[in-house]
Amino acid sequence: MTDQMLLDASGLGRWFGDRRAVSDVDLQVRRGDVLGLLGLNGAGKTTTVRMLCGTLAPSAGRIRIDGLDLLDQPVLARARLGYLPEVPPVHPETTVEEYLRYAALVRRMPRRAIAAAVARVLERCDLGAVRRRLIRNLSKGFRQRVGIAQAIVHAPALIVLDEPTAGLDPHQVSGIRALIAELRRDHAVLFSSHILSEVQALCDRVTILHHGRQIYSGSPQGEPNTNRVLVRFRSSPSPQMLVSIPGVESVERYGEQGFVLTLMLDTALDAVLRQAVEHGWGLLELSPVRPTLEQIFLELTTGKEAAA
Amino acid sequence: MILRLAWREFRLIVLSPLAWLLMAASQLVTAWWFLLLVEQYRTRYEPVVVQVNSPMGVNDLVVLPFFGSVLLLAMLLLGAALMAMRLLAEERRSGGIQLLFAAPLRMTELVLGRYLAGLGFLLLLALPWLVMPLSLELGTVVDRGRLLSSGLGLVLLAALFAAIAMYASSLSAQPTVAALVTVVIGLMLLGVDAGARFMGDYPDAVLAWFSALNHYEPLVQGVVSTSNIAYFLLLSAGFLVFSVRRLDALRMQV
Repeated sequence: MTDQMLLDASGLGRWFGDRRAVSDVDLQVRRGDVLGLLGLNGAGKTTTVRMLCGTLAPSAGRIRIDGLDLLDQPVLARARLGYLPEVPPVHPETTVEEYLRYAALVRRMPRRAIAAAVARVLERCDLGAVRRRLIRNLSKGFRQRVGIAQAIVHAPALIVLDEPTAGLDPHQVSGIRALIAELRRDHAVLFSSHILSEVQALCDRVTILHHGRQIYSGSPQGEPNTNRVLVRFRSSPSPQMLVSIPGVESVERYGEQGFVLTLMLDTALDAVLRQAVEHGWGLLELSPVRPTLEQIFLELTTGKEAAA
Repeated sequence: MILRLAWREFRLIVLSPLAWLLMAASQLVTAWWFLLLVEQYRTRYEPVVVQVNSPMGVNDLVVLPFFGSVLLLAMLLLGAALMAMRLLAEERRSGGIQLLFAAPLRMTELVLGRYLAGLGFLLLLALPWLVMPLSLELGTVVDRGRLLSSGLGLVLLAALFAAIAMYASSLSAQPTVAALVTVVIGLMLLGVDAGARFMGDYPDAVLAWFSALNHYEPLVQGVVSTSNIAYFLLLSAGFLVFSVRRLDALRMQV
């Protein structure tokens, strides 16, 4: 059950006339996974998300939600999907509770199940206090919560959120993030964003889109770089001493007591440790250096820009 | 599903202040018109009718002109225009329609649900128009059969106008444009025949068939024929099919 594939999209592409908005995008999300869709504005995030949610026909490719093809069995597949568009699709003139009932209704929930589902989602999204207020009178943060609530009221397998934290204040952002972190327990979540720290904080995997193409897909931490290690000592040696160790190619200072060593030989790390013990430097930390998501992102997007 | 959608939408329409405003205004105007007709009959026609021993009475001189009046048609069209603004156009503009597009709904269900809600409102608007002539029973005999036939005419006309409103609402994301399109299509259908008359090549069989008035007036006169009923049902169904096709295209942007 746990690694059931809830979203399986392959070879997605979409053309608007002669303009290619997205091509060759493959996305897989399993239950319990959070996948971040990262890209600059105009990279094709919303186009991709809309195709996944069945509000834009793909020009190429195939989408399966919980094993059901979105184009062949649209009604069944859509019932397993919760979608929050960039602008929450709320009705300003209705109350929160009334609107959520409606959202449950259009998802074909049986009449008897609706009241319980709405009560559950009100509690989960912390909307109990505003349940009888008109949505028009709510703050943007609350409206966004209502938007998320409508996406999960029918307990869908897959939840797709398009820029869920755009335009919110830091307090509201952290609230929404906590909610997403909680949603992952029972659902597969896919969300798009152009905020790196957010993707890094929430996602298990990240897919980066650039000019409509998928240029990276993997862990938000990046693959560890075995050639570079971070070391930290209690009583720091001089950089000259470190660089004189055989196999150490270069040394950069990192913070107060740390150094980032670039190693040439596999045996170099042993030599560094031996020296540390002999001279009593007092090793505090030794870890491989992982590229940050920002580094990955900038490297890939600027690289492509130059190539294009 | 269709009925659940329709009931929810109908409740929202009836809860909106604009709907009540329109109902109040329509009631005021039509009641005034009805009163004028009754007064005119009492002071002018009644003595003449009695004098020449004519078979004509309130049914011909009050009820017929009441249901045949432009005022009633205009009010119904105004109601349809209001429906066009809110059935879909408003939601398309606000982005709320995305909820429906992503939901497991067939566009046929959405269109029929909304259509029935809109039709329900138009019937609510027209209901008092049927009750007013009944009040004449206090002093005279009203031809119930003809009243029923007029009622059928109103229902069919409302069904057509609601379908036009539905289609107009699916055409534009601007509520005002949707309202305008409804009024234009409605007026064209009502007056297409009169236009041909001015052009000189009257009678034109095709245009005469398309004119809604040619099919509505017999019903008001008490002539219930299948061809007239078929006209309204065909045209209403046509506009609904157009709406479904239009929404299917909008949903996926193919």
